[in-house]
Amino acid sequence: MTMKPMMMDQDIKLHPGTRIYGKWHKKTYQIMRHLGSGAQGTVYLAHSNQGEVAIKFSKDPSSLISEVNILKRFVALQGDPLGPYLYDVDDWVTNKGTINFYVMERIKGVTLDDSIRHKGFEWVYVFILQLLKDLSRLHELGFVFGDLKPENLMITESNYRIRCLDFGGTTQLGHSIKEYTEFFDRGYWGMGTRKAEPSYDLFAVMMIFIYAAERRRFNKTEHPRDQLIQKIKTNPKLKPFEKILLKALAGQFHHANDMRQAFLYKMNETNRIESRITRRRTATSPSKKRYQKKKTVSGWIGASVWAVVIIALYVMYTVLYVM
Amino acid sequence: MNKGTIKQILLITDGCSNQGEDPAAMAALAKEHGIVVNVIGVMENYETDDRGMKEIDNIASAGGGVSQVVQTKQLSQTVQMVTRQAMTQTIKGVVNQELQDILGDSQSMEDLPPEKRGRVMEVVDDLGETVNLEVCILVDTSASMKTKLPTVREALLDLSISLTSRMGENQFCLYTFPGKRKATSKIMSWTPKIDHISQVFSKLASGGVTPTGPAIRDVIKSFSTSSRRHLISHDDEAYDDGPRY
Ligand SMILES: Nc1ncnc2c1ncn2[C@@H]1O[C@H](COP(=O)(O)OP(=O)(O)O)[C@@H](O)[C@H]1O
Ligand SMILES: [Mg+2]
Repeated sequence: MTMKPMMMDQDIKLHPGTRIYGKWHKKTYQIMRHLGSGAQGTVYLAHSNQGEVAIKFSKDPSSLISEVNILKRFVALQGDPLGPYLYDVDDWVTNKGTINFYVMERIKGVTLDDSIRHKGFEWVYVFILQLLKDLSRLHELGFVFGDLKPENLMITESNYRIRCLDFGGTTQLGHSIKEYTEFFDRGYWGMGTRKAEPSYDLFAVMMIFIYAAERRRFNKTEHPRDQLIQKIKTNPKLKPFEKILLKALAGQFHHANDMRQAFLYKMNETNRIESRITRRRTATSPSKKRYQKKKTVSGWIGASVWAVVIIALYVMYTVLYVM
Repeated sequence: MNKGTIKQILLITDGCSNQGEDPAAMAALAKEHGIVVNVIGVMENYETDDRGMKEIDNIASAGGGVSQVVQTKQLSQTVQMVTRQAMTQTIKGVVNQELQDILGDSQSMEDLPPEKRGRVMEVVDDLGETVNLEVCILVDTSASMKTKLPTVREALLDLSISLTSRMGENQFCLYTFPGKRKATSKIMSWTPKIDHISQVFSKLASGGVTPTGPAIRDVIKSFSTSSRRHLISHDDEAYDDGPRY
């Protein structure tokens, strides 16, 4: 029995035009360009008989096989796809050794990470609502996504829909999470175990929300829990959702759908308050001038938050119900 | 092979041994006892120390384990990843052995068509989740490690979060080297609760030489004597002074 360390440190680098030939299924692919890399693997855009496809090569063969096992389950699934469609799994024999790969649907769009940087915060609500819907279905199938983070989520170019990528961390309910990223991991923040349960993913959703508002990852301090609570309570983008975020932080949402409903409800509620406030303001302007001056700063922050919420509601309706 | 035990030594060091037997030889000895040796090299700046890196690599190869050299701040995620990968590797090794027995010749998981490989991987995954794990943590506390110890403590607590999230049982013990008059000192005997490390860590004294080889030789003895033969041993064997469930 030979056992050598499995970790290969170097990334797989392929030039455009390289031909990939599958040993088992005898299909040929031609590399077009690099699509992205993560901690485990590298994904290339390639030509095939089926048209454009994405091919993933992984440093860790075990992780690649686990991922394929998950994607296979989705193939038979009804409704919106949960992940990229799986076309082929094969080995490529090169003179430097055999390389495992799998071929999947190419998802055209940008990662959530890029999208957060270029689009307004109102879009984040929409994507989070879509994501919670997908997570709910994944959990029902008996899996927890695991490595939930903006780089593993794509926003499609054609219909602004969020799509999960990278099922390397996807873990059977009740098992221990296979892969995770510290900033989005509740274990890192001292907020619970790494047991695969829906609340594990929902914690990560909450962290994505914080990340989108703060636009950066930060390290934990001596008291990680207080640090996160502080962020939620003081960031004006997060404040309106304080109750929901704190509940996700504490692991008290047990179903993705409950968290989704809480968001939907919150948005309706803020919308009602907002329309009441605007009505009152137009009725009573002169007598309140002096009082209002004092309040300018916080009032201004408040107003901008409300404006964002209203835009979000509008966008949400169009994306969720019209498209 | 439903519920077995995987035995690992997790060596955390920052470089070169300078006393006693060749640590790679002692790691090979551990492997003969059915114990896998994983090595984490903690470096401030890991570009520089070629000899240290080579030694770390050699120990893990000889010990049938996984090695990784990291900068201090990445320690937590690396420790859990190495432990997990080594576990998968051990199980794959056993599964491959089994496959060879059934299919003959040099058949291993990698020689199977992708479809069958997927099925085997599910079995490997399941075993990794349910198998019992015994980890003897061996920490280098020679003078150069002093500033890194708080991070090591942090990483071990993080490892406990990962391992206690598994379905299988875990047992840990902690040794440091160099010891007072011996190669190692036993800081914590076998326990399912790694978080006890938290308290003992503050009392750790650091300083002295780096007898990595003798330290590995020493801790082989900490594992139960009766079930050393196989990489995955079965539960029905009695333990002496080893871990208890
Ligand atoms: N099907 C796909 N279509 C388009 N881009 C993809 C696809 N799969 C992955 N990518 C890109 O490649 C990057 C790395 O892929 P990923 O599967 O996340 O690798 P890793 O397991 O190493 O994290 C992603 O962040 C994304 O930008
Ligand atoms: Mg990824």
